[in-house]
Amino acid sequence: MNFNATLIGQIISFAVFAWFCTKFIWPVIIKALDDRQAKIADGLAAAEKGQHELQLAEKRATEILREGKEKSKEFIDQAQKRHDEIVDGAKDDAHEEGQRILTAARAEIEQDRQEAKETLRAEVSVLAIAGAEQILMREVDKNAHNEVLDKISASL
Amino acid sequence: MATEGLTSTSYVRHHLQNLVYGELPEGYERADGSVLEQSTWTIAHSTQEAVDMGFWALNVDSMGWSIFLGLIFCYFFRKVAKNIDSGVPGKLQNVIEVLVEFVNTNVKETFHGKSNPVIASVALTLFCWIFLMNLMDLVPVDVLPFLAQKISGDPHFYFKVVPTTDPNITFGFSLTVFAMIIFYSVKVKGIGGFIGELTLQPFGKWMIPFNLLLEGVALLAKPVSLALRLFGNLYAGELIFMLIAMLGYYQLPLHFIWAVFHILIIVLQAFIFMMLTIVYLSMAHESH
Repeated sequence: MNFNATLIGQIISFAVFAWFCTKFIWPVIIKALDDRQAKIADGLAAAEKGQHELQLAEKRATEILREGKEKSKEFIDQAQKRHDEIVDGAKDDAHEEGQRILTAARAEIEQDRQEAKETLRAEVSVLAIAGAEQILMREVDKNAHNEVLDKISASL
Repeated sequence: MATEGLTSTSYVRHHLQNLVYGELPEGYERADGSVLEQSTWTIAHSTQEAVDMGFWALNVDSMGWSIFLGLIFCYFFRKVAKNIDSGVPGKLQNVIEVLVEFVNTNVKETFHGKSNPVIASVALTLFCWIFLMNLMDLVPVDVLPFLAQKISGDPHFYFKVVPTTDPNITFGFSLTVFAMIIFYSVKVKGIGGFIGELTLQPFGKWMIPFNLLLEGVALLAKPVSLALRLFGNLYAGELIFMLIAMLGYYQLPLHFIWAVFHILIIVLQAFIFMMLTIVYLSMAHESH
């Protein structure tokens, strides 16, 4: 264990290396580490914020969905109402139309009946005369009995 | 390495001798019997020559490895620092960041003074550099000296590869730390405060000489214990590797076991050196 100038050499080299480390290595690496720490902290904060916003958005989405449902229900109710109205109106219209057609048909029938009555009247008088002719076995004077015949056919 | 006529004593001794470069005086008788005609700067060929070179000689091997490993540390850390990405880190950046984070956490937990980036970066330098130096202990004991002998062509070439088994290196660290302790003590507490701390406690002003003795020993014990702890652990570890290396073929499993055990020691010693440095500097920043 003998000491020599190596001791001084080592002190100088230690001083130089320590100076180099203090000047060019330590601050650079520490700064990078701090930067990364800040970055990670920012990232985490942003993630948290994002999550919070997500929650808010979810809440809002639920709200909108609920509103939409309510609105659609309202629409459906309205539509139902309108539907009922339309159906009722149609029913009324149809009823009226039916009445109208019925009335027309009745009038037509009445007219036909009148016509048939007229025809029958004429034919009955002819038949009555023919019948009376057959019964009496003689010629009946149409003109002499026209008054009677008209009375018969009018009473039909 | 196994050369003829090698005894275990000479093997161990050879391994424990640094490669020393220094000046031998005029008329000095070299290890091979030749006498120098004038004072010469040369490499020591024996332990006695290394001692006779006096203080102004250099342990070329430990100094060289120390600087080389320091440069490796600087190279890798600077490389990462240059291309650092605060987004997704690369693999090397990850490793470096783990180390920096580790040191930073320890400094934050242990250092109670005003936050000072110098302390942390000195701690990082100490931890990484000492770890790399200690790591050289896991290179099989004979490999690098053998290569050095082959390259230099001298079968007696001294070559010690673990810088922390050289007390010059460990004291180089601890004396710098000691200088920092005194610098920060004076800076934070003023010269008066520092002297007061050394003399006026623990027993008050009537016991100044006794206080000075106690506190002085406590202060001086810091660098000495720092350096000797690291040196002693690594020196002993290296010695055991050498002893195992002399066992013949049985050495292989033993080498493995001791190396596994040693992994713990090299990290632990680097960590302890770093932590104690932080603690001492923290104490220098606090007034009692």
